[in-house]
Amino acid sequence: MLDVAISLKNVSKRFSQNGGPAAVGDLSLDMRKGETVVLVGPSGCGKTTTMKMINRLVEPSSGTIEVDGTDILKQNPVELRRGIGYVIQSIGLLPHRSIRDNIATVPKLVGWKDERIKGRIDELVEIFELDRGLLDRYPAELSGGQRQRVGVARALAVDPPVMLMDEPFGAVDPIVRERLQDQFLHIQQELRKTIVFVTHDIDEAIKMADRIAILNTGGVVEQYAPPEEILRAPANDFVKQFVGVERGLKRLALTKVAQIDIEEGPVVTSDSSSEAALREMERFDFHWAAVVDEGELKGWVDVPSVKRVGSVSEVEPRPFSAYVTGESTLREALDAIVTSRTHVAVVAIEGQRYKGILTLERISREIVDGR
Amino acid sequence: MAGSGPIIDWSRVFGTLRPELISRFFEHMQLTFLAVLIGFLISFPLAILAYRHRKVLGPITAVTGLLYTIPSLALLVLLTQLFGLSMTTALIVLTSYTLLILIRGIVSGLNGVPNDAREAAQGMGYSDRQMLWRVELPLALPVIMAGLRIATVTTIGLVTVTAFIGKGGLGIFILRGFNQFDSTQVMIGGLLSLILAVVVDIALVLAERAATPWTSKRARTVI
Repeated sequence: MLDVAISLKNVSKRFSQNGGPAAVGDLSLDMRKGETVVLVGPSGCGKTTTMKMINRLVEPSSGTIEVDGTDILKQNPVELRRGIGYVIQSIGLLPHRSIRDNIATVPKLVGWKDERIKGRIDELVEIFELDRGLLDRYPAELSGGQRQRVGVARALAVDPPVMLMDEPFGAVDPIVRERLQDQFLHIQQELRKTIVFVTHDIDEAIKMADRIAILNTGGVVEQYAPPEEILRAPANDFVKQFVGVERGLKRLALTKVAQIDIEEGPVVTSDSSSEAALREMERFDFHWAAVVDEGELKGWVDVPSVKRVGSVSEVEPRPFSAYVTGESTLREALDAIVTSRTHVAVVAIEGQRYKGILTLERISREIVDGR
Repeated sequence: MAGSGPIIDWSRVFGTLRPELISRFFEHMQLTFLAVLIGFLISFPLAILAYRHRKVLGPITAVTGLLYTIPSLALLVLLTQLFGLSMTTALIVLTSYTLLILIRGIVSGLNGVPNDAREAAQGMGYSDRQMLWRVELPLALPVIMAGLRIATVTTIGLVTVTAFIGKGGLGIFILRGFNQFDSTQVMIGGLLSLILAVVVDIALVLAERAATPWTSKRARTVI
């Protein structure tokens, strides 16, 4: 149990004294070091309440909460909060302070020296690819996306091991949100913080989480599992309904092309003879073949073009339209396949290195087998 | 003298009246400054108390509201029974009229602090005290300053009333001018207190702008 970073045991919260329904009834969850746990559920499920109990913005009515083995209910709440990164949906940048001073908030509270703060701000500017010119501006002068990034950077200022994020990308439009999510995933890959992330958006949960806790009214944990498992094997009807339609497609979005076995396709080289090329296509029952010279993908040639000449070298290979890499998701591969005329996607890994092909059948097998 | 000649006889203003005009002008400023200062020192803790404990807001506004509605002249006369024709009497009257305006300004300024700033600040580990001084009061400053401006300008006008007990700064000229049918004294007394009010108001606006640079974001984006 050494790797448990946050542990909630039989935690409950009642807001009204006279026996109204509990916001959180009896909740127990363990979160491992370095993992992103997403609390997701309909409004009123107590996900935000649960998160706020971890930094004691909400005091639990009963139960125990441990962060890194320490009972936080015995800690000074103000000290506790300084050691936990906190991001809220409305961001909450202090409007009367420059961006620089906003980021420096917690370092100043815990008494860092000016020089150390300056160095840390430089680091964060680099990590979050912030424009240095923004540092002396006020929050009102920034765009929504910029503010959001500053909000996350500020929460990371003293490099806390634990971060609480309440719909941190909720206040921006979908395009910016996706960019921010991608950037944060990238940053998290390096930092490996323990993150408690609250959202009502199941797609965001699937994208960001190492494990998802699906909560029902009153803080009831319906399922606590990695996204892939939740999509493949929803624990009950509530989860099934909450996850919604397109479970198969959502699962495809979780798997990278590099993670599955890729099929072999017809391959010729520039110096293949026409007969050899036609034989290769026939072997796979294809009308075309990929032209690969020393591992490098040149394009494709088809039956009519090869038939007219004596050698493949006399034909100019045409570029592939359905082309994916090992880093593409199966969902992207599927999209490439259905929009290509040949219904096949060609896989190249690292630039132009040819690996093989993906077919509709191969991808559909991936969904069915995993079930 | 009465009813003849120009409304303001400038040769008298720059001649015989000048020394007293200057000293009364400073007396007017002094009374205003002291009344607003004392008013603020009383209002500030009361307003913080009312902001923190909603229950006391009602009684505080009721009492200060009552003070505000008493006619200034009546209060003045009443207080001379206790403190005579003194500076104390004048200051008590002037101060009591600033309380309602100042307390309301501070409380509504604090109420107007955006909730997300407060929540984020709490979540980052500000103590209640740090939150008040470093987040809530700075953000409430524009509204607090607006209250301060109204209180100050109102006081500048009210000071003239205290002329009835021999204080009153520039009000002395107005009162004496009426009694002597001397339009020059009435007009110059009124004119100077008007100028004082406008100048002080502008000064307070400039001070507020300097203290709240984040509210004038446009100036920065242009640069």
